[in-house]
Amino acid sequence: MKVPFIAAGILCATMASAEPPVLTVYTYDSFVSDWGPGPQIEAAFEAQCGCDLQFVGAGDGAALLARLRLEGVRTKADVVLGLDTNLTAAAAETGLFARHGIADVAFDLPVGWDDEMFLPYDWGYFAFVYDKTRLATPPTSFQALADAPEDLKIVIQDPRSSTPGLGLLMWVKAAYGDRAPDIWAGLAPHILTVTKGWSEAYGMFLEGEADMVLSYTTSPAYHLIAEEDDTKAAAPFDEGHYLQIEVAGRIASSDQPELAQQFLDFMLSDGFQSVIPTTNWMYPAVTPAGGLPQGFETLIAPDTALVYSAGEAARVRDVALDEWRDALSR
Amino acid sequence: MLMLSLGTLGAVLWRAEGPGALNGADWSAVRFTLGQAVLSSVLSVALAVPVARALARRRFRGRGLLITLLGAPFILPVIVAVLGLLAVFGRSGLISSMLAPLGLGPIDIYGLEGVVLAHVFFNLPLATRLVLQGWLAIPSEQFRLAAALNFTPRDVARTLEWPMLRSVLPGALLVIFLICMTSFAVALTLGGGPGATTVELAIYQAFRFEFDLGRAALLSLVQFGLSGVAALLAFAIAVPGVFGAGLDRPLTRWDRDSAVRRIMDGLWIVLAALFLIVPLGMVVLHGAAGLPHLPGTVYWAALRSLAVALGSAGLTLALALPMALAAVRLGGGRGAALQAAGTLSIAASPLVMGTGLFIMLFPLADPMRLALPVTALVNAAMSLPFALRALTPAVAEAEAGFGRLADSLGMTGMARLRLMLLPRLRRPLGFTLGLSAALSMGDLGVIALFADPGHATLPLQLYGLMGAYRMQDAAGAALLLLMLSLGLFWIFDRGGRAHADA
Repeated sequence: MKVPFIAAGILCATMASAEPPVLTVYTYDSFVSDWGPGPQIEAAFEAQCGCDLQFVGAGDGAALLARLRLEGVRTKADVVLGLDTNLTAAAAETGLFARHGIADVAFDLPVGWDDEMFLPYDWGYFAFVYDKTRLATPPTSFQALADAPEDLKIVIQDPRSSTPGLGLLMWVKAAYGDRAPDIWAGLAPHILTVTKGWSEAYGMFLEGEADMVLSYTTSPAYHLIAEEDDTKAAAPFDEGHYLQIEVAGRIASSDQPELAQQFLDFMLSDGFQSVIPTTNWMYPAVTPAGGLPQGFETLIAPDTALVYSAGEAARVRDVALDEWRDALSR
Repeated sequence: MLMLSLGTLGAVLWRAEGPGALNGADWSAVRFTLGQAVLSSVLSVALAVPVARALARRRFRGRGLLITLLGAPFILPVIVAVLGLLAVFGRSGLISSMLAPLGLGPIDIYGLEGVVLAHVFFNLPLATRLVLQGWLAIPSEQFRLAAALNFTPRDVARTLEWPMLRSVLPGALLVIFLICMTSFAVALTLGGGPGATTVELAIYQAFRFEFDLGRAALLSLVQFGLSGVAALLAFAIAVPGVFGAGLDRPLTRWDRDSAVRRIMDGLWIVLAALFLIVPLGMVVLHGAAGLPHLPGTVYWAALRSLAVALGSAGLTLALALPMALAAVRLGGGRGAALQAAGTLSIAASPLVMGTGLFIMLFPLADPMRLALPVTALVNAAMSLPFALRALTPAVAEAEAGFGRLADSLGMTGMARLRLMLLPRLRRPLGFTLGLSAALSMGDLGVIALFADPGHATLPLQLYGLMGAYRMQDAAGAALLLLMLSLGLFWIFDRGGRAHADA
């Protein structure tokens, strides 16, 4: 009776080993959507790793971190991809992340990068996007926007529920420091409304509801490349533009540490980076050998990149939010 | 049901590291939330009464279609409805562009007026349907009797219509008040800024921005408490209608009519139809170009949404019918308490409900595998208040009119349900199934934590398209969603109304 039992055991074992190992990557929804980078990156990585790469979408960056905190050490994630520098301090505090151990990467970022846990995979500048056919001379700074005639309207996102919304909060704070409340008071009459997320705001802008919308300097590239529409542009601001750097890190308690490390290496290679510009509509963290797609050279290139380090971002956030709320609630 | 609304809250509290505290901004959120919810619900119901009365006593071509379309705004994803509204009332909308040649405008609806406008757009149709159910529940024999007794319109209003309204309006007011309480994206987008912060947004902030589960749970409790007080008030005011039984003849009005009343009714119907249909028409117009070129994955998402919608409709009925029967059988305070419990599920914050479910299920199973069943279950919970509003009065009516006859025939259990109750409940049952299916079709709500983009539902896919800048595809997907939701609603509602003239 023992023989078939053992045979069955061996059979099970071989079947189990025939199953490729699974690497679970938590990310934000739009990364994994059919139109995001997810599908192409999954195919490219699976071709070289002999594994099954499974993306799990969890809302946006902030929701992603909240989910990770809910799951704690029992999380199934091996890698978390899609946090930004406004979130990394809180993410590091969870104690869930491992050091990446990758050094000497020539990042093409506007600022230096030095973080033991998180590696950047793409970046972009926040900017106000407008329609050239409807707004001939866009404002050139927050001050100019505040001084513009009152019928110049912008749509922004709520920093409490949206990543770009939080980006704008940090942008004004980084540019003006203690004067931020005055700037917000000047901007208030121009703010048509505040939306829950980027989609609502951008949709309202495209419907002609507002003259400008808070988005990215790379947004016009989508219209140019995917729709052959060159009427959209980002307005360069004299104060400089706030930088969003999107990062990934691997989970210390992962049961696939080697695969996770292999994924982080792959993330900085051409196979990953060349997919980013026309699917995530951001700049790749390491410019691929083929360069940037045609059309990206038409985008504005800010002279000054503003960004808070992870620690500073966590520190100024709550004060900046109170200033914003007080100025706009009046 | 209590498990879903309070249990999930408990789970969040249990994970919290200590109770939170409310600050000044939270209290101003509470004030704004209450204010806009009261205004929106009173206005929706006040406008619904003349519209429902006009629809109840007039027959015209397209009446059935109009009544079906009344279900539409309610089931649209918020973002679609808001863009539709802005296409009419926005700064570059229809009205503003009509005013522009006159040197006026553009009109600016952002602020409390915008929030109330949108909430009335969403809820006027629902209120109209609920009040209309009440009108149609008055047996036609009563109107014939009234005509035979030579009642004036004022007499009809006093003896028939006012008692009906007393029994229907508090429930309708309550349901709409509760919907507006948990509003978040509408209030923020049309409210024009952080002054329009609702409690639901504060919950969102506590969870997402601060990851302060204690504060999220506390705020959720505040939302619940306010809703509970509203529910108690509504059930205290409501008086069950007593109309006696009829033979289910089609409603024909024999009471006196006049040209003035005909014109007034016509006006109400035309105004309500314009207010509701023009923004919907803009959704259709925008979507028409994108609809033929939708990517295949959108259709798969639509199929998944259909499955969830049907599952949710079935679940709603399985929950609501026994609750309605029990509420009527228990009667009095306990019956009202049961109804109140069922109604409160809508006051639960979708975010807290989702988070609580996640905390409870995560140790047991992979939340992503459960995404669709959980969505169906939570949608069913959200539809329950409407189902109870539609079913309970009808059950009470049937029991009051035919219960004694059934008793004397010794009819109990299934036989009583099949022979006495179900035939009398056809109309509300159809309405319930249709509404819960359509509502589930358009819901995005709680599933954020469970969502698996690989198996996205149609509303999730719609947001995915927008997030990828594909606004035209998104508009096409919105039209598909509108057609499917309305189709589901129409099929069930129609099924419920078949043979109504027999």
